[in-house]
Amino acid sequence: MADRIGTTVDSVDHTRPETLEDASPSLAATRSPRVTGGTPSDEHAVILELSDVNAYYGDFHAVDSVSLPIREKEVTAFIGPSGCGKSTVIRSINRMNDLIPTARIEGAITYHGVDLYAPGVDPVEVRRRIGMVFQKPNPFPKSIYDNVAFGPKISKYSGDMDELVERSLTRAALWDEVKDKLSDSAYALSGGQQQRLCIARAIATSPDVLLMDEPASALDPIATLRIEELMYELKQEYTIVIVTHNMQQAARVSDRTAFFSVDVKEGQRTGRLVEFADTATIFTNPQHDETEDYITGRFG
Amino acid sequence: MITQPASIDLTGDPKRRSRERTIRSIFLVAGLMSVAISALIIVSLAGEAWRFVSQVDVGSLWTLGWFPRRGFYDIPTLLIATLVIAGTGMLVAVPLGLGAASYLSEYATPRNRRWMKPALEILAGIPSVVLGFWALTFISPQVVQRFFSSAKPFTMLAAGLGVGVLVTPLVATVSEDAMRAVPRSLREASYGLGANKASTVRTVVFPAAISGIAASLILAVSRAIGETMIVFMAAGAVGGALRTFNPLEPGQTMTAAIASLATGTDQVAGEGLAFQSLFFVGLLLFVLTLALNVLSNRIVRRFREKYE
Repeated sequence: MADRIGTTVDSVDHTRPETLEDASPSLAATRSPRVTGGTPSDEHAVILELSDVNAYYGDFHAVDSVSLPIREKEVTAFIGPSGCGKSTVIRSINRMNDLIPTARIEGAITYHGVDLYAPGVDPVEVRRRIGMVFQKPNPFPKSIYDNVAFGPKISKYSGDMDELVERSLTRAALWDEVKDKLSDSAYALSGGQQQRLCIARAIATSPDVLLMDEPASALDPIATLRIEELMYELKQEYTIVIVTHNMQQAARVSDRTAFFSVDVKEGQRTGRLVEFADTATIFTNPQHDETEDYITGRFG
Repeated sequence: MITQPASIDLTGDPKRRSRERTIRSIFLVAGLMSVAISALIIVSLAGEAWRFVSQVDVGSLWTLGWFPRRGFYDIPTLLIATLVIAGTGMLVAVPLGLGAASYLSEYATPRNRRWMKPALEILAGIPSVVLGFWALTFISPQVVQRFFSSAKPFTMLAAGLGVGVLVTPLVATVSEDAMRAVPRSLREASYGLGANKASTVRTVVFPAAISGIAASLILAVSRAIGETMIVFMAAGAVGGALRTFNPLEPGQTMTAAIASLATGTDQVAGEGLAFQSLFFVGLLLFVLTLALNVLSNRIVRRFREKYE
């Protein structure tokens, strides 16, 4: 396999068909995900930079030395098997791991050049700019309206709240379905609608980064498709980082993909970044055997 | 070679079935017993209470105070004293109890929680007679009389503060359980939107836990109204009391009135209507706590933010 890496590592045009065939005929034959994620140019500026990030829960070393850049107005996907630390990494970007008493991050995550873990950085301020959508839809047990207005209210939004709620719901492709029942409980919505409500709630605070931790894993295929379409819309305005178990999803929605894997050593499972590249490369011409095994379903 | 029996016997062991029937009837009896005892209490209360109501001079129900020995049965005296003492107790228990619950559920490190929660539960287990004695020997001279030099040694304020100490752990532990039961995902949603701890507690955890919190407050109010020993010892006025709203005066609650009549501290047992008045006050107490329960159930159902 070393010679294959040698032939492709310097190749700039990853989509050149003869390279692909030469490099990995078996891969081309078995490749199942439909790759629609592009081969992005590097014109988007780096908004977040992870440098040598290590995560610990107490003595447990959960993530080993992850470095990668995240560019604005792109969708960056984190894929990999369970326990590979992809959720830990995404949750460290808006300091959500601070809520776990034993969790600790080493290394640097810079956002617009500012280290998010520098002393004096207020996690509350970080989370207002870097919003999050969770795996299981978690609307508040309040009305649809109050769910969307929650973030703006706590940050003392002074503009027209009705207008902001409508705009946020519209952007989350939910307005038409709920405009007549804004005062109904959010729990009356279906799972897919609840997740879009959570997205509306996150964008109502006008963050510039949206973190999505397996946002569609609890949804049926049709609801999943709607969330994916929505992501495509949202990346015109927001930077999106998504963790997903679903490789087809990563292939469909993301511009760049980071593949994580897990090493088991002395009973500890430590996640690490194996490969990070534009999505087309990861899915058609990965540099590492591990990545290829995983995306072709030969993992484990 | 195995041969199939002509038919299969599925009737099972008759002994086992009869044993299950026996167990079932034992539990049925236990269940019915508690219902029967409640009914018995109400019936015996109501009978004697009716005798009181039908024989008492209506004018004596509205006088200067509660002096059953002299035929003055001023019910408002007892109601006011009960409310003043329970109210004082709740003024102490609500902020302290909810504050402690919020701290334990949202702020405390696991290490602090590990010893503070059991400590609170121990406080909840202190017998009320001990607290009554403490109210009399510490709260009254060291707290009440320090701030109000004119106050007597026996005051409703001292008793109320004692009742507050009694019910604070109840509010704290039950509310804390309710707050901890709020799913972590709701807290994460709130923090993820840039909420700080205080606004998460106020706008997410509290509303979601409101039914449990309200339950703790109802339990506390019922306990405060029904508390006897502390008021009996620290509020004074064992023989009777004048009608007053002033917490710096002695007062007699419904429970203390029953206790003093029933124990015969004012030597009235069996004399005139004083003995029957005991049942009437008891029935009143029962109706009051029942009404409180019904009302609070309504309120809880109305304001609950139900998750899942």
